[in-house]
Amino acid sequence: MSQATSTDVREDGVIESVSGPVVTATGLQARMNDVVYVGEEGLMGEIIEIEGDLTTIQVYEETSDVAPGEPVESTGAPLSVDLGPGILDNIYDGVQRPLEGLEEKMDSAFLDRGVDAPGIDVEKTWEFTPTVEQGDEVTAGDIVGTVPETESIEHKVMVPPDYEGGEVVETNKGNFTVDETVVSLDNGEEITMHQEWPVRQSRPAGDKETPTDPLVTGQRILDGLFPVAKGGTAAIPGPFGSGKTVTQHQLAKWADADIVVYVGCGERGNEMTEVIEDFPDLEDPKTGKPLMSRTSLIANTSNMPVAARESSVYTGITIAEYYRDMGYDVALMADSTSRWAEALREISSRLEEMPGEEGYPAYLGARLSEFYERAGYYQNANGTEGSVTVVGAVSPPGGDFSEPVTQNTLRIVKTFWALDADLAERRHFPAINWDESYSLYRDQLDPWFQSEVADDWPEIRQWVIDTLDEESELQEIVQLVGQDALPADQQLTLEVARYIRESYLQQNALHDVDTYCEPEKTYRMMQAIKSFNDEAFDALDAGVPVDEITDIDAAPRLNRIGTTEGYEEFVGEIEEDIEEQLRGMYQ
Amino acid sequence: MKEYKTITEVSGPLVFVETDEPVGYDEIVEIETGDGETRRGQVLESTSDHVAVQVFESTQGIDRECSVRFLGETMKMPVTEELLGRVLDGTGRPIDGGPDIVPDERQDIVGKAINPVSREYPREFIQTGISAIDGMNTLVRGQKLPLFSASGLPHNDLALQIARQAEVPEEDEGEDSEFAVVFAAMGITAEEANEFMDDFERTGALERSVVFLNLADDPAVERTITPRLALTTAEYLAFEKGYHVLTIMTDMTNYCEALREIGAAREEVPGRRGYPGYMYTDLAGLYERAGRIEGVEGSITQIPILTMPSDDDTHPIPDLTGYITEGQIYVDRDLNSQGTRPPIYVLPSLSRLMDEGIGEGLTREDHGDVSDQLYAAYAEGEDLRDLVNIVGREALSERDNKYLDFADRFESEFVDQGYDTDRTIEETLSIGWDLLSMLPEEELNRIDEEFIETYYDAGSDATIEAAEADD
Ligand SMILES: Nc1ncnc2c1ncn2[C@@H]1O[C@H](COP(=O)(O)OP(=O)(O)OP(=O)(O)O)[C@@H](O)[C@H]1O
Ligand SMILES: [Mg+2]
Repeated sequence: MSQATSTDVREDGVIESVSGPVVTATGLQARMNDVVYVGEEGLMGEIIEIEGDLTTIQVYEETSDVAPGEPVESTGAPLSVDLGPGILDNIYDGVQRPLEGLEEKMDSAFLDRGVDAPGIDVEKTWEFTPTVEQGDEVTAGDIVGTVPETESIEHKVMVPPDYEGGEVVETNKGNFTVDETVVSLDNGEEITMHQEWPVRQSRPAGDKETPTDPLVTGQRILDGLFPVAKGGTAAIPGPFGSGKTVTQHQLAKWADADIVVYVGCGERGNEMTEVIEDFPDLEDPKTGKPLMSRTSLIANTSNMPVAARESSVYTGITIAEYYRDMGYDVALMADSTSRWAEALREISSRLEEMPGEEGYPAYLGARLSEFYERAGYYQNANGTEGSVTVVGAVSPPGGDFSEPVTQNTLRIVKTFWALDADLAERRHFPAINWDESYSLYRDQLDPWFQSEVADDWPEIRQWVIDTLDEESELQEIVQLVGQDALPADQQLTLEVARYIRESYLQQNALHDVDTYCEPEKTYRMMQAIKSFNDEAFDALDAGVPVDEITDIDAAPRLNRIGTTEGYEEFVGEIEEDIEEQLRGMYQ
Repeated sequence: MKEYKTITEVSGPLVFVETDEPVGYDEIVEIETGDGETRRGQVLESTSDHVAVQVFESTQGIDRECSVRFLGETMKMPVTEELLGRVLDGTGRPIDGGPDIVPDERQDIVGKAINPVSREYPREFIQTGISAIDGMNTLVRGQKLPLFSASGLPHNDLALQIARQAEVPEEDEGEDSEFAVVFAAMGITAEEANEFMDDFERTGALERSVVFLNLADDPAVERTITPRLALTTAEYLAFEKGYHVLTIMTDMTNYCEALREIGAAREEVPGRRGYPGYMYTDLAGLYERAGRIEGVEGSITQIPILTMPSDDDTHPIPDLTGYITEGQIYVDRDLNSQGTRPPIYVLPSLSRLMDEGIGEGLTREDHGDVSDQLYAAYAEGEDLRDLVNIVGREALSERDNKYLDFADRFESEFVDQGYDTDRTIEETLSIGWDLLSMLPEEELNRIDEEFIETYYDAGSDATIEAAEADD
């Protein structure tokens, strides 16, 4: 978290009451959302209500033993993040304290309280190369230089959004700390590699444009049937154990974003550890560089303070916007937005606010839409284009989608990946229900798939969807009479649909090859199943009994395409064998 | 230490006291009743002129005349290795007639969160000897894996079987890390507690166990601290003394009921079905204390047990638990009445840490594929059971009939092994292959062709007989 102003202490107050993460104080001169230090230990908190002389504070740390009468200091600044090189390949808590730094400072594996650390290393030097010259005019948002931040990402140093801008009078090339001036302007403004921005306020940007490019995820069912756009929004609701986290991890690993911000919001510690351990060794399929070098992690696990959980999503999205401003495509994953909503509920009930539905505060819907609104494909002020894609997991109690968080989210997001406990139970992964899920971006992304992958992408996708629809209708009849009672052509449709489900829709995230499927392969798989379908129906028309058709030994190999490396040849062979075996029965 | 005689209100488990000096949030309180009895409690809310105290024992007999002392510190657990072999009550006081406990340290029972960067991802396979777990929902060291059960089901037998049989296979070859059990009972009956105690004594496990007993007739509010005392002890043994600690906590349902009772007494806005809105956070504060820490020898593995009210897994207690823990094992009523022992229903069961703990060099190369295939086949067989009730077996295809037979044999041969059978992972997998060999080879689409070649054996029953002869 940003500390630059934390010495600028205003009037002190005194604690009046303590109840869990909520503390009230009297005599405090401060504004709404200012950061304060609470008690003898200086626990970090934020002002969330002011009523006469009584100020209410949510505390980002454990409050055991804190007593009335202890002091409260205001920093006079709102909760902000530090922005600059060093955010990538880093892991923070919900208020941007670097977890590695805390481990070192506390000299313990356990998180203590009252310890603070800046979000970016203020002592480290970075190599700055100016991209402007003396005499150039710059305004807020303009890029004035670059820094190699990680192996794969070049950090763009920008004129802070709240600067006036002017003529460049001096540029410094070389190694500097983030707080040293690298570019000076004629009006006296000095630009460093360090900015701060209040998390609850979106960073200024140019116009939001209609997204036309997909965020290619490497997940067949997503790219093929329910794509999300770069700059779009998506939600993944599902009961426990249905695959929200695995899907989010898959996106963080394989999506073709430039930057990934992963917010572990009130979830498991081990899941974050898994990312920390795995990502440095995994390669970005686009650049071949370690995944960690494009990733920033925010981990406020379920047992970490609940108020910091509430702020974690804001910390994440502000970081995402900062990289968007540089012209990058950023993907933000939030797992799980329900835990954020619950943090809101917990704080709200301690404030004794009037509860809305299921105890959530009445402003739940507003907070959710404000958050998702920060996604988008933007024309930046500095002329670059950048995007923030937001993918939020939702954890509905009892897996019931009619609850307030799911419902409010559905009203906002345009892509909906519904996870299904039934599918997960039978280990059909990803357990995304194809009947319930949708993407409102499908049509606007088709031109991209047509030009980048195949002209008939929309048609073949529609064929897949139609076949699956037909299957669900037929399944209802099968449940009553059994499959053998159906006419031959319907039995055949069921068989084709089974291949769609087992080979195309299922994708094993844990398999080295299957875990990532490029759009070309996604397309070839749809095509291969379609050609089995066409050949099979031709055979049926020619009088071949359905049992014989479904019995051919080439067809089950369709199920192995996903796990086969160098699939092109393999798919070609299967198609040939299917054709040969089926035609052999009647020609 | 200041004494107050200023109780203004007693309401359920809560006592309100006027104060004129600041009292810390969470601080421990002692209340002395008229007849000299001392009750303990904890500060739930502290303001400059009064505090709300949650009393662990009953508030019966507390009146305005009682004297109240604030101890100036939060609840601590006195810890030492000497606790091994001891039986304590739900507030940590010895009840086994043994000597006083001389603590090595006194630790805060709330426990601090493990820094995610300091954790080590759990990936050491624990062999429980139970096929439905080892084969399908593998437990690893440092995992939190609850039993989702319901009243009248044999979850205790299962938990005991795990405690008895759990071992880490390679450890026979030298590595001598010690194993300990921390057992926390919350509101279970004396009879159930005896079941555990007798088994611990019979098998000699008691010497390496620390037992905390809050029984059904003990105060309900006390249940909210029992698991914290137990986990503080477990953390000490694991992370300071290097033990591999298995922590069994039963029954989490009673713990949650106690939370609800306190919430209601405080007139809080309830969350779902009357349980506090912060129950997720509260439970996470317990379950997340399982794990491994980088550079530290010991580990905490948790097996919480809960009984699902009306067998309903969407009830907030199992639901919130499932959202926090790393999987769950379902103990099933139908399988139980059918005589399957242990009656583990594998379809909804899950171990999220399985994938990293199995495979070549850990268990066996084919383990993951076999498990996936068994899942898929059993799920298919289960589906067909509904259909067969309507249309009869004759109306089903040959393929469908095979799957029906598969599901039956899966339950009777793979799952139903009895509480005294301890199977190695090799035995478990070979029974798995035996069952899979009932199906045509082309059906095994989850299994690598290489493994099919090595292990698939159409029409042989030899392996299973060998396995059975072994036990
Ligand atoms: N695409 C996939 N491929 C293989 N396995 C998967 C896949 N998706 C999910 N799984 C399996 O499902 C398990 C549960 O998934 P996950 O942890 O993502 O669930 P979740 O929805 O995040 O649950 P919770 O809400 O409790 O966090 C994983 O541990 C893994 O075994
Ligand atoms: Mg998850």
